[in-house]
Amino acid sequence: MLMTTVTQHSARTFRFSWTDSFLWAIRVFSVFVIVWGFVGTIALGFEGNGLTLAAWQQLFVAGIAQGSMYGLIALGYSMVYGVLGFINFAHGEVFMVGAIVGFFAADALFDAGVWESNFIIAILIVLVVSIFTSTFTAVLIEKIAYRPLRNAPRLIPLITSIGISFFIQNAVQLLVGPAVKTYPQPPDWLRDQIHFLGFAVTGTTILVVVMALLSMAGLWLFVERTPTGRAMRAVAEDKEIAALMGINVDRVIITTFAVGGAMAGVAAILWGMMFRGVSFITGFLPGIKAFTAAVLGGIGNIVGAMLGGLLLGVIEALGPNVILRGWSWQIPVALGLILLVVGIGVVLVGRAMKRKGIVVLGAASIVMGLAGVTGFTVEVPGLSQLKDVVSFTALVLVLIFKPAGLFGEQLGKEDRA
Amino acid sequence: MNATLKQWLPWIAVGAVAIIVIVIIAVNSGGDDTAIDTTTTSAAVDDTTTTEAAEDTTTTEAPDEKPEPGPIGAVEVAAGEKIQIRSLQAISGDVAFLGVPNQRGVELAIADYGQIKGHDVDLGTGLDDLCSAEGGQAAGQTIASDDKVIGTIGTSCSGAATAASPLISAAGGVLISPSNTSPALTSDLQGTAGDSYHVGYYRTAHNDLFQGAAVADFVFNQLGLTKAAAIHDGDPYTQGLAGAFQAAFEELGGEVVAFTAVNKGDTDMTGVLTEVAQASPEVLYYPIFMPEGGFIAQQAKDVAGFENVTMIAADGLLTDNFMELPESEGTYFSGPNLDYGSNASETGTNADTFLANYEAAYGEAPSAAFWAHSYDATVLLLSAIDSVAVELSDGSLFIDRQAVRDALNATSGFAGIIGTLSCDEFGDCGAQRISVVLHEDSSDIATGKGNIVFEFSPNG
Repeated sequence: MLMTTVTQHSARTFRFSWTDSFLWAIRVFSVFVIVWGFVGTIALGFEGNGLTLAAWQQLFVAGIAQGSMYGLIALGYSMVYGVLGFINFAHGEVFMVGAIVGFFAADALFDAGVWESNFIIAILIVLVVSIFTSTFTAVLIEKIAYRPLRNAPRLIPLITSIGISFFIQNAVQLLVGPAVKTYPQPPDWLRDQIHFLGFAVTGTTILVVVMALLSMAGLWLFVERTPTGRAMRAVAEDKEIAALMGINVDRVIITTFAVGGAMAGVAAILWGMMFRGVSFITGFLPGIKAFTAAVLGGIGNIVGAMLGGLLLGVIEALGPNVILRGWSWQIPVALGLILLVVGIGVVLVGRAMKRKGIVVLGAASIVMGLAGVTGFTVEVPGLSQLKDVVSFTALVLVLIFKPAGLFGEQLGKEDRA
Repeated sequence: MNATLKQWLPWIAVGAVAIIVIVIIAVNSGGDDTAIDTTTTSAAVDDTTTTEAAEDTTTTEAPDEKPEPGPIGAVEVAAGEKIQIRSLQAISGDVAFLGVPNQRGVELAIADYGQIKGHDVDLGTGLDDLCSAEGGQAAGQTIASDDKVIGTIGTSCSGAATAASPLISAAGGVLISPSNTSPALTSDLQGTAGDSYHVGYYRTAHNDLFQGAAVADFVFNQLGLTKAAAIHDGDPYTQGLAGAFQAAFEELGGEVVAFTAVNKGDTDMTGVLTEVAQASPEVLYYPIFMPEGGFIAQQAKDVAGFENVTMIAADGLLTDNFMELPESEGTYFSGPNLDYGSNASETGTNADTFLANYEAAYGEAPSAAFWAHSYDATVLLLSAIDSVAVELSDGSLFIDRQAVRDALNATSGFAGIIGTLSCDEFGDCGAQRISVVLHEDSSDIATGKGNIVFEFSPNG
């Protein structure tokens, strides 16, 4: 933008508007903090003040496990968006209901002794119960709340979904009470740490990730390789034409909700094994995060939702430690001076070449040089509390550079707005 | 153009959600739009008068003429009408685990207490402090504007009480909290009123002034550990407690090597635990709530560096659903002494019968520690009303507001489930002793709650 405003005959006149200078400051600042964070973290590692390799691995594995749940829930948001073109905010509650009912099944099996003696059978029963509950809830929501609004403007079902979400939360609180309910411990052989591809992880984590990946693969095959899946894609492309081709649109929409609900049910049980504590508000934050993951990966895109979930989980786990921790590393004065000089040179070159990316890099280098020369460091207190800040900032940055998400939206020709 | 619309769609959606959430919050908290002047001068009546008047008025013959109302008015309950009290708790949202058991404690206490001089007690409906100043403000105005309400049990959260207490005080009511622990609401226990103290405020909860210091004392002197870490969750209560611990521990000569926080709603604690382990502390103090506290206990054992760290939680986790976790074994808890033994309220209910009734009525164990405080607060209010209510010959009841306060001020040696209640001049009616217990067996919670390893009493 800026470069186009430079007048041809006089390279000296940069015409800044307030918005332009603000955007420039944001670009320079984000490059500066990210580079400083990365380099600082690596430097701290070499100085022996950083995290150990084992700690990094542990964070990464935890991020993958958390992210696989986000991914499973995100599928429900993404599929409904693909077919109906609105965000079903009640989907987090579909997940929560599965987790709560799954808890009661798990608790009953634990009392009966099956949980301890035949864990695999027990977890399969709980899984079926949870999938059934979530699927049933999702379908019920569609029938009661969304079907009557099928031809209404898209904001109407969106608002309805928020109302449904509040309704389900409060109904569950009244039915089962506000206390946190904790799934029984998985058996010892799952709780012990095992070494797997150089990572020390618990069996539970492996089970969670494997089950998530299997479900995602199953869903992908379902959508890409079965007639029902083809019908879903056709409805997503264009409802009217699909109906003309003899596809029962209502049936396909119900199937979409059911499949999304089933994925949420799987996520609920993985949650029950991994984190174990569930209550009536369990669905709220994971729902928001999963929605974020769906947008990150490109809403409407099934593979994008899965990968977006995994990515969000990993960014959450590693982000604060990769970016924020590094700011406590002081840039050496000599390096600062070099960066200052190089930065000024790069800015001049960038201006001559009229490439704003290079100017931004140069300016960031100057800022970093100044930070080095003045000995500026930032000790971030409560590092882990900022993980949401890091992950949402990552989302904003991704959307600035790729507005359709990392893997692109998949929408029909129909205008979605 | 279509592409532009598509790329903005998620943001339109997010914007719509934000607006809806704001509207919902506004509707929930905007019970009364007319701004009520919250200055309390008119009600700042000297409460040290006629402390002994309370107990004696009950046995006199029913007079025909109604007595003169006291300086802050009186409530008349006509024959056949109910006596109005209220409960103001955080009964929805993420603090419902604290407010709901409080609310139920009030309900059970009213049921156990029965009628007051032939009149039923009515709790009304629908008051929620939302665990925030805004919620306390809105509900406080609702209560203050209803001249039939004599007293209120609440709030659940100190933040809500700072807003509700002046309103209810100005209206001549009383507010008895089962779970506010902020020192600002009463006094520093040395005779100086807190910034947010208002006449008519009482509580059966402990004053939290010394909990941080007690834990620091325990860790440094009793356990002999010098490197500590603390985790809070950003809540004023947990942050204040963790901060008080840090200050006291450093004063004693210990070192707080990590002071950090989680978010409410966080589930994966690997990050924060890694951050703490990095500083290699000997002890971790995490005065937070469920479920985050449970996640920390569960996940700590998988994080390298936590093998020998002593874990200390606070009263927020001194609940059955945390102590049932096998991973909670070996955890120390600071907080009020919750080993109630056979202490019985004047209704005859003790902890065992209360919990049995609670399970039978609501199908779960209480999800927070203050159910007994709530029960006792309610019985305290009801018996104060009982002792000052005057029966008139037409069958109506005359209840003087100042007399209710006087009766509460005069509380001494009152039998409750939590122990013997005596109110000081700033409304602190609960026991002020802080104890540290060691929980060793997740299948035997009662023993854990009673296994006191350290006691700290602020006044020696």
